[in-house]
Amino acid sequence: MTYTKRLDGRKFDETREIEAKTGIIKRAHGSAMFKIGNTIAYAAVYGPRELYPRFMQNPQKGTLRVHYNMMPFSSGGDRVRPGTSRRSKEISYVTEKALLPVLDLNDFPNAVVDIFIELPQTDAGTRCAGICAASMALADAGITMKDLVSSISVGKVDDKVVVDLNYDEEAYEDGGVADIPVAMIARTGEITLLQMDGEVTSEDLKNALEMAKKASIKITEVQRKALKEKYEVPK
Amino acid sequence: MNEESKKHILRALTENVRYDGRKDLDYREMSLEVGVARNAEGSARIKIGNTEVIVGIKMELGKPYPDTPNEGCLMVGAELLPLSNPAFESGPPSIQAVELARVVDRGIRESHAIDIKKLCITPGELVWFINIDICSINDEGNLFDAASIATIAALKDTKLPGVKNNLVDYKSKTKTPLPLNKEPIEVTVHKIGDKFIIDPLTEEEAVIDGRLTVCCTKEGNICALQKGGDYPLTAEDIAKMVEIALTKSKELRKLL
Repeated sequence: MTYTKRLDGRKFDETREIEAKTGIIKRAHGSAMFKIGNTIAYAAVYGPRELYPRFMQNPQKGTLRVHYNMMPFSSGGDRVRPGTSRRSKEISYVTEKALLPVLDLNDFPNAVVDIFIELPQTDAGTRCAGICAASMALADAGITMKDLVSSISVGKVDDKVVVDLNYDEEAYEDGGVADIPVAMIARTGEITLLQMDGEVTSEDLKNALEMAKKASIKITEVQRKALKEKYEVPK
Repeated sequence: MNEESKKHILRALTENVRYDGRKDLDYREMSLEVGVARNAEGSARIKIGNTEVIVGIKMELGKPYPDTPNEGCLMVGAELLPLSNPAFESGPPSIQAVELARVVDRGIRESHAIDIKKLCITPGELVWFINIDICSINDEGNLFDAASIATIAALKDTKLPGVKNNLVDYKSKTKTPLPLNKEPIEVTVHKIGDKFIIDPLTEEEAVIDGRLTVCCTKEGNICALQKGGDYPLTAEDIAKMVEIALTKSKELRKLL
Protein backbone atom coordinates (compact mmCIF):
# COMPACT_ATOMS: atom_id res chain seq x y z
CA MET A 1 0.00 0.00 0.00
CA THR A 2 1.13 3.50 -0.72
CA TYR A 3 -0.48 6.83 -0.03
CA THR A 4 -0.73 8.11 -3.60
CA LYS A 5 -3.28 10.86 -3.24
CA ARG A 6 -4.10 12.94 -0.17
CA LEU A 7 -7.59 12.45 1.25
CA ASP A 8 -8.58 16.05 0.51
CA GLY A 9 -6.74 16.21 -2.82
CA ARG A 10 -3.90 18.49 -1.73
CA LYS A 11 -0.31 18.12 -2.89
CA PHE A 12 1.98 16.51 -0.32
CA ASP A 13 3.72 19.82 0.39
CA GLU A 14 0.61 21.95 0.24
CA THR A 15 -0.95 23.47 3.36
CA ARG A 16 -4.66 24.03 3.75
CA GLU A 17 -6.00 27.50 3.03
CA ILE A 18 -4.77 30.08 5.53
CA GLU A 19 -6.51 33.21 6.75
CA ALA A 20 -5.29 35.62 9.41
CA LYS A 21 -6.58 38.77 11.05
CA THR A 22 -5.45 40.96 13.93
CA GLY A 23 -7.31 43.18 16.38
CA ILE A 24 -10.39 40.96 16.49
CA ILE A 25 -10.96 41.28 20.25
CA LYS A 26 -11.30 44.93 21.15
CA ARG A 27 -10.89 44.63 24.91
CA ALA A 28 -7.57 42.81 24.67
CA HIS A 29 -4.26 44.65 24.36
CA GLY A 30 -3.51 42.54 21.32
CA SER A 31 -5.46 39.86 19.50
CA ALA A 32 -5.50 37.74 16.39
CA MET A 33 -7.38 35.04 14.53
CA PHE A 34 -5.57 32.34 12.59
CA LYS A 35 -7.49 29.93 10.41
CA ILE A 36 -5.95 26.98 8.62
CA GLY A 37 -8.42 24.78 6.79
CA ASN A 38 -11.21 24.10 9.28
CA THR A 39 -9.13 24.84 12.34
CA ILE A 40 -9.70 28.28 13.83
CA ALA A 41 -7.69 29.80 16.69
CA TYR A 42 -8.33 33.07 18.50
CA ALA A 43 -5.62 34.57 20.67
CA ALA A 44 -5.83 37.53 23.04
CA VAL A 45 -2.96 39.13 24.94
CA TYR A 46 -3.46 40.95 28.25
CA GLY A 47 -0.53 42.66 29.85
CA PRO A 48 2.08 43.29 30.89
CA ARG A 49 -0.01 43.49 34.06
CA GLU A 50 0.68 42.81 37.70
CA LEU A 51 1.05 39.15 38.57
CA TYR A 52 -0.89 37.69 41.48
CA PRO A 53 -0.46 35.76 43.73
CA ARG A 54 2.65 37.68 44.58
CA PHE A 55 4.94 34.75 45.22
CA MET A 56 4.74 33.98 41.50
CA GLN A 57 6.30 37.31 40.59
CA ASN A 58 9.80 37.33 39.17
CA PRO A 59 11.77 40.45 40.16
CA GLN A 60 14.28 39.78 37.37
CA LYS A 61 11.91 39.87 34.41
CA GLY A 62 8.35 39.46 33.25
CA THR A 63 6.50 36.16 33.12
CA LEU A 64 4.71 34.68 30.11
CA ARG A 65 1.59 32.65 30.76
CA VAL A 66 -0.28 30.76 28.05
CA HIS A 67 -3.75 29.32 28.45
CA TYR A 68 -4.84 26.98 25.65
CA ASN A 69 -8.49 25.98 25.59
CA MET A 70 -10.85 24.21 23.20
CA MET A 71 -14.41 25.51 23.28
CA PRO A 72 -16.91 22.84 24.39
CA PHE A 73 -18.47 22.57 20.92
CA SER A 74 -15.25 22.77 18.90
CA SER A 75 -14.61 19.09 18.37
CA GLY A 76 -15.97 16.89 15.60
CA GLY A 77 -16.74 14.19 18.18
CA ASP A 78 -18.20 14.48 21.66
CA ARG A 79 -18.49 17.74 23.58
CA VAL A 80 -15.23 18.80 25.20
CA ARG A 81 -15.70 19.19 28.95
CA PRO A 82 -14.86 22.75 30.01
CA GLY A 83 -11.82 23.27 32.20
CA THR A 84 -8.18 22.30 31.96
CA SER A 85 -7.08 18.80 31.08
CA ARG A 86 -3.64 17.20 31.12
CA ARG A 87 -3.56 17.74 27.36
CA SER A 88 -4.43 21.44 27.48
CA LYS A 89 -1.92 22.03 30.29
CA GLU A 90 0.89 20.46 28.31
CA ILE A 91 -0.01 22.37 25.15
CA SER A 92 -0.09 25.64 27.11
CA TYR A 93 3.34 24.83 28.50
CA VAL A 94 5.01 23.95 25.18
CA THR A 95 3.38 27.01 23.58
CA GLU A 96 5.03 29.20 26.22
CA LYS A 97 8.37 27.64 25.38
CA ALA A 98 7.71 28.10 21.66
CA LEU A 99 7.14 31.85 22.06
CA LEU A 100 9.69 32.78 24.75
CA PRO A 101 12.76 32.77 22.47
CA VAL A 102 11.47 35.77 20.49
CA LEU A 103 10.26 37.77 23.50
CA ASP A 104 12.13 40.31 25.58
CA LEU A 105 10.46 40.38 28.99
CA ASN A 106 13.30 42.19 30.78
CA ASP A 107 11.47 45.52 30.79
CA PHE A 108 8.68 44.46 33.11
CA PRO A 109 9.82 42.59 36.20
CA ASN A 110 7.05 41.27 38.49
CA ALA A 111 4.53 41.55 35.65
CA VAL A 112 2.82 38.92 33.55
CA VAL A 113 1.85 38.74 29.91
CA ASP A 114 -1.18 36.50 29.59
CA ILE A 115 -2.03 34.85 26.29
CA PHE A 116 -5.41 33.18 25.96
CA ILE A 117 -5.83 30.81 23.03
CA GLU A 118 -9.37 29.67 22.25
CA LEU A 119 -10.50 27.28 19.55
CA PRO A 120 -14.09 27.54 18.33
CA GLN A 121 -13.62 24.92 15.62
CA THR A 122 -10.94 22.26 15.22
CA ASP A 123 -9.66 19.90 12.53
CA ALA A 124 -6.16 18.92 13.77
CA GLY A 125 -3.16 21.24 14.05
CA THR A 126 -4.70 23.23 16.90
CA ARG A 127 -1.51 23.88 18.86
CA CYS A 128 0.17 25.14 15.68
CA ALA A 129 -2.74 27.43 14.81
CA GLY A 130 -2.73 28.62 18.43
CA ILE A 131 0.96 29.50 18.29
CA CYS A 132 0.53 31.38 14.99
CA ALA A 133 -2.36 33.40 16.44
CA ALA A 134 -0.54 34.01 19.74
CA SER A 135 2.57 35.27 17.99
CA MET A 136 0.50 37.77 16.00
CA ALA A 137 -1.45 38.84 19.10
CA LEU A 138 1.82 39.54 20.95
CA ALA A 139 3.00 41.72 18.09
CA ASP A 140 -0.39 43.43 17.98
CA ALA A 141 -0.09 44.14 21.73
CA GLY A 142 3.24 45.84 21.11
CA ILE A 143 5.30 43.43 23.21
CA THR A 144 8.99 43.66 22.28
CA MET A 145 9.78 40.79 19.93
CA LYS A 146 12.78 39.79 17.87
CA ASP A 147 10.72 38.06 15.26
CA LEU A 148 7.43 36.28 14.62
CA VAL A 149 6.98 32.61 15.38
CA SER A 150 5.07 30.48 12.92
CA SER A 151 3.99 26.93 13.36
CA ILE A 152 2.80 24.02 11.26
CA SER A 153 2.46 20.30 11.65
CA VAL A 154 4.30 17.95 9.32
CA GLY A 155 4.35 14.20 9.38
CA LYS A 156 4.07 10.97 7.56
CA VAL A 157 0.95 9.28 6.28
CA ASP A 158 1.72 5.69 5.26
CA ASP A 159 4.85 6.12 3.08
CA LYS A 160 4.61 9.84 2.29
CA VAL A 161 5.98 12.85 4.12
CA VAL A 162 3.24 15.48 4.19
CA VAL A 163 2.60 18.95 5.55
CA ASP A 164 -0.38 20.16 7.61
CA LEU A 165 -2.26 16.94 8.41
CA ASN A 166 -6.00 17.30 8.86
CA TYR A 167 -8.05 15.14 11.19
CA ASP A 168 -8.85 12.49 8.59
CA GLU A 169 -5.17 12.05 7.81
CA GLU A 170 -4.25 11.81 11.49
CA ALA A 171 -6.85 9.04 11.73
CA TYR A 172 -5.67 7.25 8.54
CA GLU A 173 -6.05 3.53 9.10
CA ASP A 174 -4.47 1.84 6.06
CA GLY A 175 -0.92 2.71 7.10
CA GLY A 176 1.18 4.27 9.83
CA VAL A 177 0.79 7.92 10.71
CA ALA A 178 3.32 10.24 12.33
CA ASP A 179 2.41 13.75 13.42
CA ILE A 180 5.15 16.30 14.07
CA PRO A 181 4.08 19.77 15.21
CA VAL A 182 6.85 22.29 14.62
CA ALA A 183 7.18 25.95 15.57
CA MET A 184 9.87 27.96 13.91
CA ILE A 185 11.42 31.37 13.56
CA ALA A 186 11.20 31.27 9.78
CA ARG A 187 13.95 33.79 9.09
CA THR A 188 16.64 31.88 10.98
CA GLY A 189 15.17 28.41 10.72
CA GLU A 190 15.46 27.99 14.50
CA ILE A 191 12.95 25.53 15.92
CA THR A 192 11.14 26.51 19.11
CA LEU A 193 8.66 23.65 19.38
CA LEU A 194 9.04 20.08 18.30
CA GLN A 195 6.91 17.14 19.26
CA MET A 196 6.12 13.88 17.57
CA ASP A 197 3.63 11.03 17.71
CA GLY A 198 4.32 7.99 15.55
CA GLU A 199 7.36 6.41 13.99
CA VAL A 200 9.61 7.72 11.19
CA THR A 201 13.18 7.28 9.94
CA SER A 202 15.74 9.99 10.62
CA GLU A 203 15.76 10.68 6.87
CA ASP A 204 11.97 11.28 6.95
CA LEU A 205 12.38 13.66 9.86
CA LYS A 206 14.95 15.67 7.92
CA ASN A 207 12.62 15.91 4.93
CA ALA A 208 9.66 16.78 7.13
CA LEU A 209 11.55 19.62 8.83
CA GLU A 210 12.58 20.93 5.43
CA MET A 211 8.90 20.96 4.47
CA ALA A 212 8.03 22.72 7.74
CA LYS A 213 10.55 25.43 6.97
CA LYS A 214 9.00 26.14 3.56
CA ALA A 215 5.53 26.30 5.06
CA SER A 216 6.77 28.53 7.90
CA ILE A 217 8.12 31.09 5.47
CA LYS A 218 4.75 31.20 3.76
CA ILE A 219 2.86 31.47 7.06
CA THR A 220 5.09 34.27 8.33
CA GLU A 221 4.19 36.22 5.18
CA VAL A 222 0.49 35.81 5.97
CA GLN A 223 1.03 36.83 9.61
CA ARG A 224 3.00 39.91 8.62
CA LYS A 225 0.39 40.95 6.09
CA ALA A 226 -2.41 40.61 8.65
CA LEU A 227 -0.50 42.75 11.15
CA LYS A 228 0.06 45.46 8.57
CA GLU A 229 -3.57 45.40 7.43
CA LYS A 230 -4.81 46.58 10.81
CA TYR A 231 -2.80 49.77 10.50
CA GLU A 232 -3.55 50.52 6.87
CA VAL A 233 -5.28 53.79 6.29
CA PRO A 234 -8.58 53.14 4.52
CA LYS A 235 -8.65 54.81 1.12
CA MET B 1 -14.47 56.82 41.92
CA ASN B 2 -17.57 54.80 41.09
CA GLU B 3 -19.71 57.48 42.70
CA GLU B 4 -18.21 60.10 40.40
CA SER B 5 -18.71 58.11 37.23
CA LYS B 6 -22.23 57.28 38.34
CA LYS B 7 -23.01 60.95 38.83
CA HIS B 8 -21.53 61.67 35.44
CA ILE B 9 -23.59 59.02 33.69
CA LEU B 10 -26.75 60.15 35.47
CA ARG B 11 -26.18 63.79 34.64
CA ALA B 12 -25.79 62.90 30.98
CA LEU B 13 -28.87 60.67 31.10
CA THR B 14 -31.05 63.53 32.30
CA GLU B 15 -30.13 65.13 29.00
CA ASN B 16 -30.85 61.83 27.29
CA VAL B 17 -27.26 61.15 26.23
CA ARG B 18 -25.05 58.13 26.92
CA TYR B 19 -21.29 57.55 26.69
CA ASP B 20 -21.53 56.45 23.10
CA GLY B 21 -24.19 58.97 22.11
CA ARG B 22 -27.12 56.57 22.23
CA LYS B 23 -30.54 57.24 23.72
CA ASP B 24 -31.54 55.41 26.92
CA LEU B 25 -33.56 52.70 25.17
CA ASP B 26 -31.42 52.13 22.09
CA TYR B 27 -29.50 48.97 21.32
CA ARG B 28 -26.09 49.25 19.73
CA GLU B 29 -25.76 47.97 16.19
CA MET B 30 -26.34 44.24 16.11
CA SER B 31 -25.48 41.43 13.75
CA LEU B 32 -26.26 37.73 13.99
CA GLU B 33 -24.63 34.95 12.04
CA VAL B 34 -25.29 31.20 12.22
CA GLY B 35 -23.16 28.17 11.38
CA VAL B 36 -19.99 29.76 12.75
CA ALA B 37 -18.55 26.57 14.32
CA ARG B 38 -18.95 23.72 11.87
CA ASN B 39 -18.17 20.93 14.32
CA ALA B 40 -21.11 21.99 16.45
CA GLU B 41 -24.55 20.71 15.50
CA GLY B 42 -25.73 24.30 15.63
CA SER B 43 -23.99 27.60 16.32
CA ALA B 44 -24.42 31.34 16.22
CA ARG B 45 -22.38 34.49 16.72
CA ILE B 46 -23.97 37.70 17.93
CA LYS B 47 -22.31 41.08 17.91
CA ILE B 48 -23.90 43.92 19.84
CA GLY B 49 -21.60 46.86 19.33
CA ASN B 50 -18.19 45.47 20.30
CA THR B 51 -19.69 42.77 22.50
CA GLU B 52 -19.36 39.37 20.86
CA VAL B 53 -20.68 35.99 21.99
CA ILE B 54 -20.57 32.57 20.31
CA VAL B 55 -23.04 29.85 21.22
CA GLY B 56 -22.53 26.26 20.11
CA ILE B 57 -24.79 23.23 20.46
CA LYS B 58 -23.48 19.70 20.83
CA MET B 59 -25.97 16.83 20.73
CA GLU B 60 -25.23 13.71 22.76
CA LEU B 61 -27.11 10.49 23.50
CA GLY B 62 -27.59 9.25 27.03
CA LYS B 63 -29.81 7.65 29.59
CA PRO B 64 -32.69 9.88 30.69
CA TYR B 65 -33.15 10.92 34.31
CA PRO B 66 -35.22 8.34 36.22
CA ASP B 67 -38.04 10.81 36.96
CA THR B 68 -38.43 11.83 33.29
CA PRO B 69 -37.84 8.56 31.38
CA ASN B 70 -39.34 9.79 28.12
CA GLU B 71 -37.87 13.28 27.93
CA GLY B 72 -34.67 14.59 26.41
CA CYS B 73 -32.35 16.78 28.50
CA LEU B 74 -31.24 20.34 28.17
CA MET B 75 -28.02 21.72 29.63
CA VAL B 76 -26.73 25.26 29.42
CA GLY B 77 -23.17 26.22 30.29
CA ALA B 78 -21.53 29.64 30.07
CA GLU B 79 -17.82 30.28 29.78
CA LEU B 80 -16.82 33.82 30.61
CA LEU B 81 -13.57 33.36 28.72
CA PRO B 82 -10.61 35.29 30.13
CA LEU B 83 -9.81 36.27 26.54
CA SER B 84 -12.92 38.45 26.46
CA ASN B 85 -12.40 40.65 29.51
CA PRO B 86 -9.29 41.46 31.60
CA ALA B 87 -11.28 40.84 34.78
CA PHE B 88 -12.25 37.25 33.89
CA GLU B 89 -10.00 34.47 35.13
CA SER B 90 -9.51 30.90 34.02
CA GLY B 91 -10.73 28.19 36.33
CA PRO B 92 -14.09 26.87 37.46
CA PRO B 93 -17.13 28.95 36.40
CA SER B 94 -17.55 32.12 38.43
CA ILE B 95 -20.91 33.00 39.97
CA GLN B 96 -21.44 35.46 37.08
CA ALA B 97 -21.03 32.63 34.57
CA VAL B 98 -23.37 30.38 36.54
CA GLU B 99 -26.03 33.08 36.75
CA LEU B 100 -25.78 33.80 33.02
CA ALA B 101 -26.13 30.12 32.14
CA ARG B 102 -29.05 29.62 34.50
CA VAL B 103 -30.93 32.69 33.31
CA VAL B 104 -30.61 31.61 29.66
CA ASP B 105 -31.59 28.06 30.67
CA ARG B 106 -34.67 29.28 32.51
CA GLY B 107 -35.93 31.25 29.52
CA ILE B 108 -35.84 28.19 27.27
CA ARG B 109 -37.00 25.65 29.83
CA GLU B 110 -39.89 27.58 31.31
CA SER B 111 -41.33 28.67 27.98
CA HIS B 112 -41.28 25.00 26.90
CA ALA B 113 -39.52 26.23 23.80
CA ILE B 114 -38.27 22.74 23.02
CA ASP B 115 -40.62 19.78 22.89
CA ILE B 116 -38.34 17.53 24.93
CA LYS B 117 -40.68 14.55 24.64
CA LYS B 118 -39.77 14.39 20.95
CA LEU B 119 -36.12 13.95 21.94
CA CYS B 120 -36.77 10.52 23.40
CA ILE B 121 -35.55 7.56 21.34
CA THR B 122 -36.18 4.62 23.72
CA PRO B 123 -38.10 5.50 26.90
CA GLY B 124 -36.00 4.95 30.01
CA GLU B 125 -33.01 4.02 27.88
CA LEU B 126 -31.93 6.52 25.27
CA VAL B 127 -32.67 10.23 24.83
CA TRP B 128 -30.99 13.23 23.24
CA PHE B 129 -29.04 15.63 25.44
CA ILE B 130 -28.83 19.18 24.15
CA ASN B 131 -25.60 20.79 25.36
CA ILE B 132 -25.70 24.53 24.92
CA ASP B 133 -22.40 26.31 25.53
CA ILE B 134 -22.13 30.08 25.64
CA CYS B 135 -18.66 31.55 25.12
CA SER B 136 -17.90 35.25 25.48
CA ILE B 137 -15.39 36.49 22.91
CA ASN B 138 -15.39 40.20 23.71
CA ASP B 139 -17.29 41.58 26.69
CA GLU B 140 -18.20 45.23 26.40
CA GLY B 141 -21.47 44.91 28.26
CA ASN B 142 -24.84 43.17 28.00
CA LEU B 143 -23.77 39.54 27.81
CA PHE B 144 -27.25 38.48 29.00
CA ASP B 145 -29.19 39.70 25.98
CA ALA B 146 -26.39 38.64 23.63
CA ALA B 147 -26.27 35.11 25.05
CA SER B 148 -30.04 34.73 25.00
CA ILE B 149 -30.61 35.63 21.37
CA ALA B 150 -27.52 33.75 20.16
CA THR B 151 -28.78 30.65 21.99
CA ILE B 152 -32.12 30.77 20.19
CA ALA B 153 -30.37 31.33 16.87
CA ALA B 154 -28.03 28.37 17.52
CA LEU B 155 -30.97 26.13 18.49
CA LYS B 156 -32.71 27.10 15.25
CA ASP B 157 -29.52 26.30 13.35
CA THR B 158 -29.18 22.84 14.92
CA LYS B 159 -29.54 19.67 12.86
CA LEU B 160 -29.56 16.30 14.61
CA PRO B 161 -26.58 14.08 13.84
CA GLY B 162 -27.13 10.51 12.64
CA VAL B 163 -27.43 7.56 15.03
CA LYS B 164 -25.70 4.21 14.49
CA ASN B 165 -26.15 1.33 16.95
CA ASN B 166 -27.43 3.71 19.61
CA LEU B 167 -24.31 5.86 19.29
CA VAL B 168 -24.03 9.33 17.76
CA ASP B 169 -22.48 9.33 14.32
CA TYR B 170 -21.16 12.89 14.26
CA LYS B 171 -19.91 12.54 10.69
CA SER B 172 -23.41 12.19 9.30
CA LYS B 173 -25.79 15.08 9.76
CA THR B 174 -29.51 14.61 9.21
CA LYS B 175 -31.81 17.36 8.05
CA THR B 176 -33.92 17.04 11.19
CA PRO B 177 -34.09 20.27 13.18
CA LEU B 178 -34.75 20.43 16.91
CA PRO B 179 -38.45 20.41 17.91
CA LEU B 180 -38.42 24.14 18.66
CA ASN B 181 -41.91 25.51 19.29
CA LYS B 182 -41.14 28.94 20.61
CA GLU B 183 -38.43 31.51 20.42
CA PRO B 184 -38.25 33.22 23.82
CA ILE B 185 -36.01 36.27 23.91
CA GLU B 186 -34.51 37.90 26.96
CA VAL B 187 -34.20 41.63 27.37
CA THR B 188 -32.42 43.08 30.38
CA VAL B 189 -33.52 46.49 31.60
CA HIS B 190 -31.18 48.38 33.92
CA LYS B 191 -31.97 51.03 36.46
CA ILE B 192 -29.58 53.86 37.29
CA GLY B 193 -30.96 56.42 39.75
CA ASP B 194 -34.51 56.92 38.47
CA LYS B 195 -33.55 56.21 34.85
CA PHE B 196 -33.98 53.02 32.85
CA ILE B 197 -31.57 51.97 30.15
CA ILE B 198 -30.97 48.88 28.03
CA ASP B 199 -27.84 47.40 26.46
CA PRO B 200 -25.34 48.92 28.91
CA LEU B 201 -21.65 49.39 28.20
CA THR B 202 -19.11 47.97 30.67
CA GLU B 203 -18.79 51.41 32.29
CA GLU B 204 -22.55 51.63 32.74
CA GLU B 205 -22.82 48.09 34.08
CA ALA B 206 -20.37 49.05 36.82
CA VAL B 207 -22.68 51.70 38.26
CA ILE B 208 -26.22 50.35 37.82
CA ASP B 209 -28.48 50.04 40.86
CA GLY B 210 -30.64 47.21 39.62
CA ARG B 211 -31.43 45.12 36.61
CA LEU B 212 -34.27 42.93 35.50
CA THR B 213 -33.97 40.27 32.84
CA VAL B 214 -37.34 39.54 31.27
CA CYS B 215 -37.84 36.60 28.97
CA CYS B 216 -40.47 37.49 26.38
CA THR B 217 -42.47 35.20 24.13
CA LYS B 218 -43.66 36.15 20.68
CA GLU B 219 -47.21 36.50 22.01
CA GLY B 220 -46.04 39.15 24.49
CA ASN B 221 -46.03 36.95 27.58
CA ILE B 222 -43.28 36.70 30.16
CA CYS B 223 -41.71 33.29 30.71
CA ALA B 224 -38.82 33.96 33.07
CA LEU B 225 -37.46 36.74 35.25
CA GLN B 226 -34.25 37.50 37.07
CA LYS B 227 -33.63 40.54 39.19
CA GLY B 228 -30.04 41.58 39.74
CA GLY B 229 -28.13 44.48 41.22
CA ASP B 230 -27.66 45.67 44.79
CA TYR B 231 -30.71 47.88 45.15
CA PRO B 232 -34.42 47.07 45.45
CA LEU B 233 -36.96 47.71 42.72
CA THR B 234 -40.52 48.92 43.35
CA ALA B 235 -43.59 47.34 41.78
CA GLU B 236 -43.87 50.41 39.53
CA ASP B 237 -40.26 49.98 38.45
CA ILE B 238 -40.92 46.37 37.54
CA ALA B 239 -44.08 47.20 35.58
CA LYS B 240 -42.15 49.81 33.63
CA MET B 241 -39.17 47.51 33.02
CA VAL B 242 -41.37 44.64 31.80
CA GLU B 243 -43.10 47.00 29.41
CA ILE B 244 -39.76 48.19 28.02
CA ALA B 245 -38.54 44.60 27.67
CA LEU B 246 -41.66 43.48 25.79
CA THR B 247 -41.36 46.38 23.36
CA LYS B 248 -37.65 45.87 22.81
CA SER B 249 -37.92 42.10 22.39
CA LYS B 250 -39.80 42.74 19.15
CA GLU B 251 -36.81 44.64 17.84
CA LEU B 252 -34.43 41.82 18.81
CA ARG B 253 -36.70 39.20 17.30
CA LYS B 254 -36.18 40.73 13.85
CA LEU B 255 -32.60 39.44 13.94
CA LEU B 256 -33.72 35.81 13.98
